[in-house]
Amino acid sequence: MWQRFKAWFHKWASPKWFFDMSASWMPWLKGIAIACMVTGVIWGLAFAPQDYQQGNSFRIIYLHVPAAILAQSVFMMMAVAGFVNLVWRLKLADLAVKAAAPIGAWMCFLALFTGAVWGKPTWGTWWVWDARLTSMLILLFLYFAVMALHGAFTDATTGGRAASIMAIVGTINIPIIKFSVEWWNTLHQPATFKLTEKPAMPPEMWVPLLIMVIGFYCYFGYLLLYRMRNEVMEREQRTQWVRELVRKGV
Amino acid sequence: MAFESFSEFLSMKGHGLYVWLAYGVGLAVLIFNWIAPGLRKKQIARDIQQQIRREENAGQERNA
Repeated sequence: MWQRFKAWFHKWASPKWFFDMSASWMPWLKGIAIACMVTGVIWGLAFAPQDYQQGNSFRIIYLHVPAAILAQSVFMMMAVAGFVNLVWRLKLADLAVKAAAPIGAWMCFLALFTGAVWGKPTWGTWWVWDARLTSMLILLFLYFAVMALHGAFTDATTGGRAASIMAIVGTINIPIIKFSVEWWNTLHQPATFKLTEKPAMPPEMWVPLLIMVIGFYCYFGYLLLYRMRNEVMEREQRTQWVRELVRKGV
Repeated sequence: MAFESFSEFLSMKGHGLYVWLAYGVGLAVLIFNWIAPGLRKKQIARDIQQQIRREENAGQERNA
Protein backbone atom coordinates (compact mmCIF):
# COMPACT_ATOMS: atom_id res chain seq x y z
CA MET A 1 0.00 0.00 0.00
CA TRP A 2 2.69 2.48 1.12
CA GLN A 3 4.92 1.41 -1.77
CA ARG A 4 2.09 2.01 -4.20
CA PHE A 5 1.43 5.43 -2.73
CA LYS A 6 5.09 6.30 -2.97
CA ALA A 7 5.23 5.24 -6.60
CA TRP A 8 2.14 7.33 -7.32
CA PHE A 9 3.61 10.31 -5.50
CA HIS A 10 6.90 10.05 -7.34
CA LYS A 11 5.18 10.22 -10.69
CA TRP A 12 4.18 13.79 -9.82
CA ALA A 13 7.85 14.67 -9.71
CA SER A 14 8.07 14.05 -13.47
CA PRO A 15 7.08 17.09 -15.53
CA LYS A 16 6.75 14.99 -18.65
CA TRP A 17 4.34 12.58 -16.96
CA PHE A 18 2.24 15.55 -15.85
CA PHE A 19 2.33 17.02 -19.33
CA ASP A 20 1.08 13.81 -20.92
CA MET A 21 -1.57 13.09 -18.28
CA SER A 22 -3.01 16.61 -18.22
CA ALA A 23 -3.42 16.49 -21.99
CA SER A 24 -5.95 13.68 -21.58
CA TRP A 25 -7.85 15.41 -18.73
CA MET A 26 -8.21 18.82 -20.32
CA PRO A 27 -10.78 18.08 -23.05
CA TRP A 28 -13.09 16.59 -20.38
CA LEU A 29 -12.79 19.60 -18.10
CA LYS A 30 -13.31 21.93 -21.03
CA GLY A 31 -16.38 20.06 -22.27
CA ILE A 32 -18.04 19.82 -18.85
CA ALA A 33 -17.23 23.45 -18.08
CA ILE A 34 -18.80 24.77 -21.29
CA ALA A 35 -21.85 22.49 -21.04
CA CYS A 36 -22.52 23.39 -17.39
CA MET A 37 -21.94 27.11 -17.75
CA VAL A 38 -24.08 27.50 -20.87
CA THR A 39 -26.91 25.46 -19.29
CA GLY A 40 -26.61 27.25 -15.97
CA VAL A 41 -26.60 30.76 -17.43
CA ILE A 42 -29.59 30.17 -19.72
CA TRP A 43 -31.53 28.43 -16.96
CA GLY A 44 -30.65 31.04 -14.39
CA LEU A 45 -31.30 34.07 -16.58
CA ALA A 46 -34.46 33.04 -18.39
CA PHE A 47 -36.14 30.09 -16.67
CA ALA A 48 -35.56 30.27 -12.93
CA PRO A 49 -38.47 32.03 -11.20
CA GLN A 50 -37.84 35.52 -9.91
CA ASP A 51 -37.25 36.11 -6.22
CA TYR A 52 -40.36 37.31 -4.39
CA GLN A 53 -38.38 39.99 -2.54
CA GLN A 54 -35.46 40.88 -4.77
CA GLY A 55 -37.16 40.46 -8.13
CA ASN A 56 -34.81 39.74 -11.04
CA SER A 57 -31.66 41.22 -9.54
CA PHE A 58 -31.26 37.91 -7.67
CA ARG A 59 -30.19 36.31 -11.00
CA ILE A 60 -26.73 37.74 -10.33
CA ILE A 61 -26.43 34.88 -7.82
CA TYR A 62 -25.55 32.51 -10.69
CA LEU A 63 -22.25 34.33 -11.19
CA HIS A 64 -21.71 35.70 -7.71
CA VAL A 65 -21.91 32.50 -5.66
CA PRO A 66 -19.80 30.26 -7.96
CA ALA A 67 -17.12 32.98 -8.22
CA ALA A 68 -17.08 33.47 -4.44
CA ILE A 69 -16.91 29.72 -3.74
CA LEU A 70 -14.07 29.37 -6.26
CA ALA A 71 -12.16 32.35 -4.87
CA GLN A 72 -12.11 30.68 -1.45
CA SER A 73 -11.46 27.09 -2.46
CA VAL A 74 -8.73 28.10 -4.90
CA PHE A 75 -6.96 29.80 -2.02
CA MET A 76 -7.21 26.67 0.12
CA MET A 77 -5.96 24.53 -2.76
CA MET A 78 -3.08 26.95 -3.17
CA ALA A 79 -2.21 26.58 0.53
CA VAL A 80 -2.20 22.76 0.22
CA ALA A 81 0.05 23.00 -2.85
CA GLY A 82 2.25 25.45 -0.96
CA PHE A 83 2.55 23.00 1.92
CA VAL A 84 3.53 20.18 -0.45
CA ASN A 85 6.05 22.51 -2.07
CA LEU A 86 7.62 23.46 1.26
CA VAL A 87 7.73 19.96 2.76
CA TRP A 88 8.54 17.75 -0.24
CA ARG A 89 10.07 20.34 -2.58
CA LEU A 90 7.76 19.16 -5.34
CA LYS A 91 8.29 21.41 -8.41
CA LEU A 92 4.82 20.76 -9.70
CA ALA A 93 3.28 22.00 -6.43
CA ASP A 94 5.23 25.23 -6.79
CA LEU A 95 3.90 25.61 -10.32
CA ALA A 96 0.36 24.96 -9.04
CA VAL A 97 0.67 27.84 -6.55
CA LYS A 98 1.94 30.14 -9.27
CA ALA A 99 -0.71 29.10 -11.79
CA ALA A 100 -3.66 29.19 -9.36
CA ALA A 101 -3.07 32.67 -7.90
CA PRO A 102 -4.11 34.83 -10.88
CA ILE A 103 -7.18 32.68 -11.58
CA GLY A 104 -8.23 32.91 -7.94
CA ALA A 105 -7.66 36.65 -7.95
CA TRP A 106 -9.90 37.05 -10.99
CA MET A 107 -12.62 34.96 -9.33
CA CYS A 108 -12.34 37.08 -6.20
CA PHE A 109 -12.63 40.25 -8.26
CA LEU A 110 -15.69 38.82 -10.02
CA ALA A 111 -17.34 37.94 -6.71
CA LEU A 112 -16.72 41.45 -5.38
CA PHE A 113 -17.88 43.14 -8.56
CA THR A 114 -21.08 41.11 -9.00
CA GLY A 115 -21.71 41.56 -5.28
CA ALA A 116 -21.47 45.34 -5.60
CA VAL A 117 -23.79 45.38 -8.61
CA TRP A 118 -26.22 43.16 -6.72
CA GLY A 119 -25.96 45.24 -3.57
CA LYS A 120 -27.04 48.49 -5.26
CA PRO A 121 -30.66 47.47 -6.01
CA THR A 122 -30.92 45.20 -2.94
CA TRP A 123 -29.29 47.19 -0.13
CA GLY A 124 -29.24 50.58 -1.83
CA THR A 125 -25.45 50.79 -1.83
CA TRP A 126 -22.56 49.44 -3.91
CA TRP A 127 -20.32 48.85 -0.92
CA VAL A 128 -20.36 48.68 2.86
CA TRP A 129 -17.41 48.04 5.14
CA ASP A 130 -18.98 45.07 6.82
CA ALA A 131 -17.30 41.82 7.82
CA ARG A 132 -18.13 39.67 4.77
CA LEU A 133 -17.27 42.28 2.16
CA THR A 134 -14.12 43.45 3.89
CA SER A 135 -12.77 39.94 4.43
CA MET A 136 -13.40 39.18 0.74
CA LEU A 137 -11.45 42.31 -0.21
CA ILE A 138 -8.62 41.12 2.04
CA LEU A 139 -8.70 37.80 0.17
CA LEU A 140 -8.10 39.69 -3.08
CA PHE A 141 -5.09 41.45 -1.52
CA LEU A 142 -3.78 38.11 -0.24
CA TYR A 143 -3.91 36.80 -3.82
CA PHE A 144 -1.94 39.85 -4.94
CA ALA A 145 0.58 39.18 -2.18
CA VAL A 146 1.11 35.59 -3.33
CA MET A 147 1.54 36.74 -6.94
CA ALA A 148 3.93 39.53 -5.96
CA LEU A 149 6.09 37.26 -3.80
CA HIS A 150 6.39 34.77 -6.63
CA GLY A 151 7.94 37.43 -8.84
CA ALA A 152 9.89 39.31 -6.16
CA PHE A 153 12.99 37.09 -6.05
CA THR A 154 15.63 36.55 -8.70
CA ASP A 155 15.72 32.92 -7.67
CA ALA A 156 12.42 31.29 -8.69
CA THR A 157 12.70 28.62 -5.98
CA THR A 158 12.99 31.17 -3.18
CA GLY A 159 10.08 33.14 -4.64
CA GLY A 160 8.03 29.95 -4.79
CA ARG A 161 8.72 29.20 -1.14
CA ALA A 162 7.85 32.72 -0.04
CA ALA A 163 4.59 32.56 -2.01
CA SER A 164 3.82 29.15 -0.46
CA ILE A 165 4.26 30.51 3.06
CA MET A 166 2.03 33.47 2.18
CA ALA A 167 -0.65 31.09 0.86
CA ILE A 168 -0.56 28.97 4.04
CA VAL A 169 -0.66 31.97 6.39
CA GLY A 170 -3.40 33.60 4.32
CA THR A 171 -5.83 30.71 4.89
CA ILE A 172 -6.56 32.22 8.32
CA ASN A 173 -8.82 34.55 6.38
CA ILE A 174 -10.96 31.72 4.91
CA PRO A 175 -12.87 30.76 8.10
CA ILE A 176 -13.25 34.48 8.81
CA ILE A 177 -15.01 34.90 5.46
CA LYS A 178 -17.12 31.81 6.03
CA PHE A 179 -18.34 32.68 9.52
CA SER A 180 -18.43 36.46 9.06
CA VAL A 181 -22.16 36.30 8.30
CA GLU A 182 -22.78 34.46 11.60
CA TRP A 183 -20.31 36.22 13.93
CA TRP A 184 -21.12 39.79 13.01
CA ASN A 185 -24.21 41.72 12.05
CA THR A 186 -24.04 42.11 8.33
CA LEU A 187 -26.17 43.04 5.36
CA HIS A 188 -24.96 39.94 3.59
CA GLN A 189 -27.36 37.00 3.49
CA PRO A 190 -26.23 33.62 4.91
CA ALA A 191 -24.76 30.86 2.76
CA THR A 192 -26.94 29.40 0.01
CA PHE A 193 -25.46 25.91 0.19
CA LYS A 194 -24.74 24.12 3.45
CA LEU A 195 -23.58 20.54 3.79
CA THR A 196 -25.99 19.73 6.58
CA GLU A 197 -29.18 21.43 5.45
CA LYS A 198 -31.41 21.65 2.44
CA PRO A 199 -31.18 24.98 0.59
CA ALA A 200 -33.85 27.50 1.55
CA MET A 201 -34.74 28.16 -2.07
CA PRO A 202 -36.82 25.94 -4.36
CA PRO A 203 -35.03 23.46 -6.68
CA GLU A 204 -35.82 25.55 -9.80
CA MET A 205 -33.53 28.14 -8.27
CA TRP A 206 -30.72 26.13 -6.71
CA VAL A 207 -30.29 23.38 -9.33
CA PRO A 208 -29.00 25.85 -11.97
CA LEU A 209 -26.79 27.36 -9.28
CA LEU A 210 -25.32 23.96 -8.48
CA ILE A 211 -24.72 23.38 -12.20
CA MET A 212 -22.91 26.72 -12.39
CA VAL A 213 -20.72 25.83 -9.41
CA ILE A 214 -19.72 22.54 -11.05
CA GLY A 215 -19.07 24.42 -14.30
CA PHE A 216 -16.86 26.96 -12.52
CA TYR A 217 -14.84 24.21 -10.84
CA CYS A 218 -14.18 22.49 -14.18
CA TYR A 219 -13.37 25.86 -15.77
CA PHE A 220 -10.82 26.44 -13.02
CA GLY A 221 -9.37 22.93 -13.43
CA TYR A 222 -8.94 23.50 -17.15
CA LEU A 223 -7.27 26.89 -16.69
CA LEU A 224 -5.03 25.60 -13.89
CA LEU A 225 -3.73 22.70 -16.00
CA TYR A 226 -3.26 24.99 -19.00
CA ARG A 227 -1.22 27.50 -17.00
CA MET A 228 0.79 24.76 -15.27
CA ARG A 229 1.64 23.22 -18.64
CA ASN A 230 2.88 26.61 -19.83
CA GLU A 231 5.09 26.85 -16.76
CA VAL A 232 6.41 23.32 -17.32
CA MET A 233 7.20 24.15 -20.94
CA GLU A 234 9.06 27.28 -19.96
CA ARG A 235 11.05 25.72 -17.14
CA GLU A 236 11.92 22.55 -19.08
CA GLN A 237 12.79 24.31 -22.33
CA ARG A 238 16.33 22.88 -22.31
CA THR A 239 15.07 19.29 -22.32
CA GLN A 240 14.82 17.15 -25.41
CA TRP A 241 11.12 16.33 -25.05
CA VAL A 242 10.00 19.98 -24.85
CA ARG A 243 12.11 20.88 -27.89
CA GLU A 244 10.67 17.94 -29.77
CA LEU A 245 7.19 19.17 -28.82
CA VAL A 246 7.89 22.71 -30.01
CA ARG A 247 9.39 21.45 -33.26
CA LYS A 248 6.25 19.43 -33.96
CA GLY A 249 4.17 22.50 -33.13
CA VAL A 250 2.18 22.37 -29.88
CA MET B 1 -39.85 30.92 -19.04
CA ALA B 2 -39.94 33.44 -16.23
CA PHE B 3 -40.78 36.28 -18.63
CA GLU B 4 -43.79 37.18 -20.78
CA SER B 5 -41.86 38.76 -23.63
CA PHE B 6 -38.34 39.32 -24.89
CA SER B 7 -38.39 43.01 -23.99
CA GLU B 8 -39.38 42.08 -20.46
CA PHE B 9 -36.41 39.69 -20.40
CA LEU B 10 -34.09 42.49 -21.50
CA SER B 11 -35.43 44.97 -18.97
CA MET B 12 -35.48 42.35 -16.19
CA LYS B 13 -38.54 44.21 -14.87
CA GLY B 14 -36.43 47.21 -13.93
CA HIS B 15 -33.26 45.41 -12.85
CA GLY B 16 -31.85 45.12 -16.37
CA LEU B 17 -28.94 47.50 -15.79
CA TYR B 18 -27.66 45.54 -12.78
CA VAL B 19 -28.20 42.06 -14.17
CA TRP B 20 -26.65 42.80 -17.57
CA LEU B 21 -23.77 44.78 -16.08
CA ALA B 22 -22.90 41.82 -13.84
CA TYR B 23 -23.21 39.29 -16.65
CA GLY B 24 -21.36 41.48 -19.15
CA VAL B 25 -18.35 41.94 -16.90
CA GLY B 26 -18.58 38.29 -15.82
CA LEU B 27 -18.48 37.09 -19.40
CA ALA B 28 -15.54 39.39 -20.18
CA VAL B 29 -13.57 38.05 -17.21
CA LEU B 30 -14.34 34.43 -18.08
CA ILE B 31 -13.41 34.86 -21.76
CA PHE B 32 -10.23 36.80 -20.96
CA ASN B 33 -9.04 34.03 -18.64
CA TRP B 34 -10.01 31.43 -21.19
CA ILE B 35 -7.89 33.01 -23.95
CA ALA B 36 -4.89 34.23 -21.94
CA PRO B 37 -3.06 30.89 -21.38
CA GLY B 38 -3.35 30.03 -25.09
CA LEU B 39 -1.63 33.28 -26.08
CA ARG B 40 1.04 32.70 -23.45
CA LYS B 41 1.68 29.20 -24.81
CA LYS B 42 2.23 30.54 -28.33
CA GLN B 43 4.64 33.12 -26.94
CA ILE B 44 6.63 30.46 -25.06
CA ALA B 45 6.75 28.18 -28.12
CA ARG B 46 8.03 31.07 -30.25
CA ASP B 47 10.74 31.89 -27.72
CA ILE B 48 11.92 28.28 -27.56
CA GLN B 49 11.96 28.02 -31.36
CA GLN B 50 14.09 31.15 -31.53
CA GLN B 51 16.44 29.72 -28.94
CA ILE B 52 16.80 26.50 -30.93
CA ARG B 53 17.54 28.43 -34.11
CA ARG B 54 20.11 30.60 -32.34
CA GLU B 55 21.89 27.52 -31.02
CA GLU B 56 21.86 25.87 -34.43
CA ASN B 57 23.33 28.97 -36.06
CA ALA B 58 26.01 29.20 -33.41
CA GLY B 59 26.88 25.55 -34.05
CA GLN B 60 27.21 26.11 -37.79
CA GLU B 61 29.47 29.14 -37.34
CA ARG B 62 31.70 27.12 -35.10
CA ASN B 63 31.95 24.36 -37.69
CA ALA B 64 32.67 26.76 -40.59
